[in-house]
Amino acid sequence: MSTSNALGQESQEHNTQEHPIGLYLKIWVLLFVLSTLSYMVDYMQLQGYLRWTLIIIFMLLKAGLIVAVFMHMMWERLALIYAILLPPLCLLVLIGLMAIEADYTILMRYDFFGR
Amino acid sequence: MAHLLSEDSQLVKDWASDQDAFKGVSWGKAMMWIFLLSDTFIFSSFLVGYMTVRMSVTEPWPNASEVFALTIAGHHIPLILIAIMTFILITSSGTMAMAVNMGYARKRKQAARLMFVTALLGASFVGMQAFEWTKLIEEGVRPWGNPFGAAQFGSTFFMVTGFHGLHVSAGVIYLLIVARKIQLGHYEKEGNYQIVEIAGLYWHFVDLVWVFIFAFFYLW
Repeated sequence: MSTSNALGQESQEHNTQEHPIGLYLKIWVLLFVLSTLSYMVDYMQLQGYLRWTLIIIFMLLKAGLIVAVFMHMMWERLALIYAILLPPLCLLVLIGLMAIEADYTILMRYDFFGR
Repeated sequence: MAHLLSEDSQLVKDWASDQDAFKGVSWGKAMMWIFLLSDTFIFSSFLVGYMTVRMSVTEPWPNASEVFALTIAGHHIPLILIAIMTFILITSSGTMAMAVNMGYARKRKQAARLMFVTALLGASFVGMQAFEWTKLIEEGVRPWGNPFGAAQFGSTFFMVTGFHGLHVSAGVIYLLIVARKIQLGHYEKEGNYQIVEIAGLYWHFVDLVWVFIFAFFYLW
């Protein structure tokens, strides 16, 4: 913060992440509920697409709550949000490529092992 | 979307400005975020590797629900230890968030105490993981094979949970050091308790990674 003092102070005031404990507790309860629900997916022995869809939904909700509230991302400036949250989208390409590769591998294995 | 990228959007102005792009974000916090971003790629590589082997094995994948089941007081409960570990880690995230709040309110005693509680919960998580590893190793799970099915189960399990456990252990040490410094009043002169928030970012990230491991490795 070596730039002009007034600006520095103003932006610092803007950026102390002071949020009420009540909000944290609410998110905490929500995370508990979501975790219980995702455990129930296994406990109830749900299978197939229903199981996978529910797992993904609960996972994304939990991840979103943690990043947005506990890690304060929803109160940060866009410049930081974009710098941190956009790059991981590249991973979708990796996931796609490796899924194609794995598909190829298993077909080759079936071919070789004669199943 | 268009207005985000127009010339006078805050985003474009921040990134196009001299010296610092992250206005009002201290270097400590920006660097922690960038470190966490790099860590995201490491964990993602492990999980994508896991996906690749799991999709390409011809033997059946061991049923995690059964492998991680425990018999408690005569009841056979699937995946129970992992569920308890999940709740412990979420609870530790809650106490960490409260510590950040106390830090900014300049109640340093409470902030330090909450961080010690967080570290204790983290240590108990690692303890349970050690128990889980011991149990599996006794049952014959090895990185190169196991009695339940596809051999790759062991290698991915030890790799993914081991790397995560290492992060939790490092986090416990990190929290203990910061909490001790707060207790001793190292930050009293400056009155700046952002260090709690930065340590908290790391801790919440460890919890975040567990959310993905829990979903993809244990539940899938």
